[in-house]
Amino acid sequence: MILTKAQYDEIAQCLVSVPPTRQSLRKLKQRFPSQSQATLLSIFSQEYQKHIKRTHAKHHTLEAIESYYQRYLNGVLKNGAAPVLLELANEVDYAPSLMARIILERFLQEHEETPPSKSVINSMLRDPSQIPDGVLANQVYQCTVNDCCYGPLVDCIKHAIGHEHEVLLRDLLLEKNLSFLDEDQLRAKGYDKTPDFILQVPVVMLCPLAVEGHIIHWIESKASFGDECSHHAYLHDQFWSYWNRFGPGLVIYWYGFIQELDCNRERGILLKACFPTDIVTLCHSTA
Amino acid sequence: MAAVLESLLREEVSVAAAVRWIARRTQSSEDSPGEAAVLRSLRPLRKEFVPFLLNFLREQSCRVLPQGPPTPAKAPGASATLPGRPGGPPRGGRGARSQLFPPPEPPSPAAEAPLARRGGRRRGPAPARERGSRGPGGPEEGVGGESLPWAGARRLRGSGSPSSPSLALCDPPNLSNLEEFPPVGSVPPGPAGRTKPSRRINPTPVSEERSLSKPKTCFTSPPISCVPSSQPSALDTSPWGLGLPPGCRSLQEEREMLRKERSKQLQQSPTPSCPTPESGSPLPSRTGSLTDEAADPARVSSRQRLELVALVYSSCIAENLVPNLFLELFFVLQLLTARRMVAAKDSDLEPGPGVLESVGSPLFQSIHDCVFFAVRVLERQFPVLSYLDKGTLKLLAENERLLCFSPALQGRLRAAYEGSVAKVSLVMLPSAQAVSFQPETDNRANFSSDRAFHTFKKQRDVFYEVLREWEDHHEEPGWDFEKGLGSRIRAMMGQLSAACSHSHFVRLFQKQLLQMCQSPGGAGGTVLGEAPDVLSMLGADKLGRLRRLQERLVAPQSSGGPCPPPTFPGCQGFFRDFILSASSFQFNQHLMDSLSLKIRELNGLTLPPHEPNDDEGEADVDWQGERRQFAMVLLSLRLLAKFLGFVAFLPYRGPEPPPTRELQDSILALRSQVPPVLDVRTLLWQGLRARRAVLTVPWLVEFLSFADHIVPLLDYYRSIFSLLLHLHRSLVLAQEREGEMCFLNKLLLLAVLGWLFQIPTVPEDLFFSEEDQSDGFQVDAVSSEYGLDSVPVVDQQLLYTCCPYIGELRKLLASWVSGSSGRSGGFVRKITPTTTTGLGAQPPQTSQGLQAQLAQAFFHNQPPSLRRTVEFVAERIGSNCVKHIKFCQKKSPGAVRALLPEETPAAVLSSAENIAVGLATEKACTWLSANITALIRREVKAAVSRILRAQGPEPAVRGERRGCSRACEHHAPLPSHLISEIKDVLSLAAGPRDPEEGVPPEHLEQLLGQLGQTLQCRQFLCPPAEQHLAKCSVELASLLVADKIPILGPPAQRRLERGQARRLLHMLLSLWKEDFQAPVPLRLLLSPRNVGLLADTRPREWDLLLFLLRELVEKGLMGRMEIEACLGSLRAAQWPEDFSEELATLFNLFLTEPPLPEPQLRACELVQPNRGTVLAQS
Repeated sequence: MILTKAQYDEIAQCLVSVPPTRQSLRKLKQRFPSQSQATLLSIFSQEYQKHIKRTHAKHHTLEAIESYYQRYLNGVLKNGAAPVLLELANEVDYAPSLMARIILERFLQEHEETPPSKSVINSMLRDPSQIPDGVLANQVYQCTVNDCCYGPLVDCIKHAIGHEHEVLLRDLLLEKNLSFLDEDQLRAKGYDKTPDFILQVPVVMLCPLAVEGHIIHWIESKASFGDECSHHAYLHDQFWSYWNRFGPGLVIYWYGFIQELDCNRERGILLKACFPTDIVTLCHSTA
Repeated sequence: MAAVLESLLREEVSVAAAVRWIARRTQSSEDSPGEAAVLRSLRPLRKEFVPFLLNFLREQSCRVLPQGPPTPAKAPGASATLPGRPGGPPRGGRGARSQLFPPPEPPSPAAEAPLARRGGRRRGPAPARERGSRGPGGPEEGVGGESLPWAGARRLRGSGSPSSPSLALCDPPNLSNLEEFPPVGSVPPGPAGRTKPSRRINPTPVSEERSLSKPKTCFTSPPISCVPSSQPSALDTSPWGLGLPPGCRSLQEEREMLRKERSKQLQQSPTPSCPTPESGSPLPSRTGSLTDEAADPARVSSRQRLELVALVYSSCIAENLVPNLFLELFFVLQLLTARRMVAAKDSDLEPGPGVLESVGSPLFQSIHDCVFFAVRVLERQFPVLSYLDKGTLKLLAENERLLCFSPALQGRLRAAYEGSVAKVSLVMLPSAQAVSFQPETDNRANFSSDRAFHTFKKQRDVFYEVLREWEDHHEEPGWDFEKGLGSRIRAMMGQLSAACSHSHFVRLFQKQLLQMCQSPGGAGGTVLGEAPDVLSMLGADKLGRLRRLQERLVAPQSSGGPCPPPTFPGCQGFFRDFILSASSFQFNQHLMDSLSLKIRELNGLTLPPHEPNDDEGEADVDWQGERRQFAMVLLSLRLLAKFLGFVAFLPYRGPEPPPTRELQDSILALRSQVPPVLDVRTLLWQGLRARRAVLTVPWLVEFLSFADHIVPLLDYYRSIFSLLLHLHRSLVLAQEREGEMCFLNKLLLLAVLGWLFQIPTVPEDLFFSEEDQSDGFQVDAVSSEYGLDSVPVVDQQLLYTCCPYIGELRKLLASWVSGSSGRSGGFVRKITPTTTTGLGAQPPQTSQGLQAQLAQAFFHNQPPSLRRTVEFVAERIGSNCVKHIKFCQKKSPGAVRALLPEETPAAVLSSAENIAVGLATEKACTWLSANITALIRREVKAAVSRILRAQGPEPAVRGERRGCSRACEHHAPLPSHLISEIKDVLSLAAGPRDPEEGVPPEHLEQLLGQLGQTLQCRQFLCPPAEQHLAKCSVELASLLVADKIPILGPPAQRRLERGQARRLLHMLLSLWKEDFQAPVPLRLLLSPRNVGLLADTRPREWDLLLFLLRELVEKGLMGRMEIEACLGSLRAAQWPEDFSEELATLFNLFLTEPPLPEPQLRACELVQPNRGTVLAQS
């Protein structure tokens, strides 16, 4: 789903201060019925993450933590079964999973002799039954399953999506008889930068209306929507580095991207939202 | 000079004898005693003859070429003569070549004085004047006599007062002008007692036009009309980028001064004191009424005189007595294409008294004379002309003046044009390609530490980031390399602490340099052994045409005149500026080491020797390859040598030579003990001995072009220059003996050497002062009978690529055709398609072009050896094929396979093999196309492709099935989708939820069914996903047991039916048992949290839990003991009292039940104290 900058901005505009819940997503889908759900979720997730990055610090001041903790304690004292923590997170415009982490950390500080390690906290977030306090366990669990942008489940889903698209791409390459080296093989050979796939024999991708085709040496799969922020970060950390070593290549943003970002074609970084169909390989007969 | 010409005219001396005399050959028996006597008497003048002649011609032509043609070669330096010139003013230029003219005149007044500037070799519209150049009592006085009437015009002018106010006002002695005040002794003294003519400084009207054609101007200051694309900034135009004062500005100032001066003069005198209108500012009178004067052979005046001078001049050119062949050709073409005489009569021009007392008339009295002279010279230069590119030949052949004056020459030119295949294209490829990462040299094993490895990783990225930024911005006005990138470059260089890192970076830098800058424009191009060969072999014909068109549209219009200063065009500017901005001693040292090594390596490369072969066919095929390889090597060498010269001489580089003799001596003493960065003298010697001058000299010239002022004075380099001068003289084009150097090889050397001799740091008298040139040059080429020199390795493409300034000839002719001459400051490009087929008719994207692109890209990321192997195989097999007409596809793969390392991946091998087959076939076809009819060629190609198709592509290696069954089509839902779906159910169950939210019961069933499919396919499953799925499935089970899943349906029935729940639990049990490969955290079923879910339900229903526990045991998913332990620990938790009791009951029940299946279910029902309405069903 390739969006123009204007289309993208329209969607992003609707996401300001929307909590990352199931209900919000449902509303978003209703608002933009023509867009694919995966694209909307990806955009939502990225926009929300940007928002959290901007506001993260203010939720982590000592004062803020203390105030959240007190509100949590008061809340569960009144009614332990009520979604105290989730509502607190939504009220202060912070991700529920992250709020759960703050409270859990604070709780453990109070109840344990040694300050909790990060891995202990992560483990408890993954499996709340390890949390010594049953009420808190339920509250934390409620937060993590209701958060659609953060949390162990979301992390796992993202990881799975990334993996699945790499597999998908690999299968497409095999189907097309294109021989390649994957990331693991490249790492084993000592490459310092490793795209998902390097084609051992490059191909040309033809584009309608373009005079010349584009040579592709490598392909990177991105199971997300390519917005400006993430694309620029990827360009700097990955795509240009690949170009610097292997020449021109292709990035597939499976959930689409902002059309205007596809501006480095001539230079050698091509964006697509799917596996290109019009590919020319080095013919085995040149006669 | 005049005396010599006079003798010639009187037929006392034959032209041949005169030229022999000039060339300082030993007198031949052909010379008559009378000739010998005449010439002997003139001996002291011999050395000055050629410079005189050149200057004379320029002066004579200045009325026709008001913008001032390029100047002749450097005149012998006058410095040596200066000290010995009593009373001679220390200023006053370094002498005039026309000194030998009958009595020189006192300096002329006014107008031109301010125009004379240092190095001013530009010609003014008015006949030039000598200014302070006449040494009183010099031996040259009276020598020439005044007998040559036509030469006497010189003395007619200059009648004005030497103390002209304007002279005093505008031309104050400029002590910092090193040309006017040459450092004493800066030039090796000539033969004792000989007084050389001081160099003439020619007044020049300031003019934007033609400024590019003035070599000296170019050298001393950048051209005014900088080519915008390649030379964006003033700094950029200075080849060494040392921030020389931008010449453009100084010229601007000068022009301003001139304008003021002129207006002053106009005010002073009602009649124009200046004989010609200023050429720079297009006066309406000139531009408005400008019509080209028709040239008429019938109106040529004094034919004999013109013939004679043309003959002498041509002979000098032919004998390489002129420093720069192409400069002379350019001049002659300027005469040919002169538009009109500036003014008809001297009387009109020079109103001053005494002007008309001419003893003779000028050489060129009309356009007719000019054209006549030019055509006569061109006739004699036909061999050179015939080797020019096809475009130039066409323009020459179509020149109507040429046709009119010499139909015979025109006929020969037309024939040459028709027979020519020398289409020249200075290809400019688009943007840069990066140097490919090669694990063999670039991986961790090549670095001393992890840190060094990662630092270099970052540096590579910064380097390209900087390069891309440069590409994007360097053409923007106001963008400055140092400001934009300097600090980033230095920060990056600062990280290169270890020497090992430096060498890595330098390798990258050098490779990138070669990759980007080999092509003429430097705006892309090919790497050694890369692109064009494959491109051309694979028949990138359409692509090539497209490129040529592109080139026409984007190429800078001028390369900077017929003799431009050394520059760093296009991308080379980036590397130059990078070196300057980095200003890193270590980097420079490593770079010099690396460049030197690569130069040695390439210079010593064994290019396939040309064996005389009976088999014409094979020889032909070989030559093609040889030429291509030679061009690659030569262009690489030139580029590397240029940068080596730049870096090596960088510390010594300055705009001007040392101001005093003492200083110079001390510098010389210092410098003479510094060993040369690369032993170029030995390499030159070896090159000459091995008859490889055609390879060695062009890069050596590039290297030397960056030498500083001191270098040519150092013994080491003096001997090199001396060798080069000998070589230059020996390259007589007319001599083509067996085993001699090929014509185009010679032409290339003449062009590059001629260019070198014009470089300002090369002493001006170097060319003419060299004595006994013919004697000293005896290189006994013993080592190789068939050296490269005698192999036709140079073609026009290479010649023009190395010397783009030769293209100025074509531009000059084209501007004549287009009707807008250089007057308007630049040539209008006329696009004349060079191909007969229309460009638009063909789709640009031919499959051949694509294939060529792909083949090139393929090699890019492979080690260079792979490409060499493929090309080698193709070359040899191709030759063999032609010999034996067998075919290629059988032999090539085997050969490639045998030559490549065993570990080469199958796909790479197969591609390499196929490219080799293609190349070999193509090579064979190329030969065939020249020899066999098109019909047979098609047959051959068809046969080859038939066989190749029959072979078919190799089957692809399929990936392993990752645990799926063979029949699996991988259509199962994606794990991420399932996790997300289950998460939704979990979140609904955990709440909060809207009243209308719920799960349709069939959805749960469907979900578990999908989970089963996904777990069975496993194609997309990764371990973390499976773990999460396992955990989620356990949570689902707990929710089912506790009846916590909100079901969508009629309000009364918001709970799952028991039977449905049991069915779902069965499905889960089966998944756990059969499908999950990751461990399933079943103990969570009995975690206090999950069991606690039951606590809220009223009435509590334990049967599902008991059912689940028993099934777990029965299916062997959990052991009884394990469950007992879990239940035991559950009891320890805090529960409501009733819940604790029920839990205890369940515990007992589970314990007492014998581990047998069916009947126990009923028992469970019986013991259930608060049994729900729905009983367990079997």
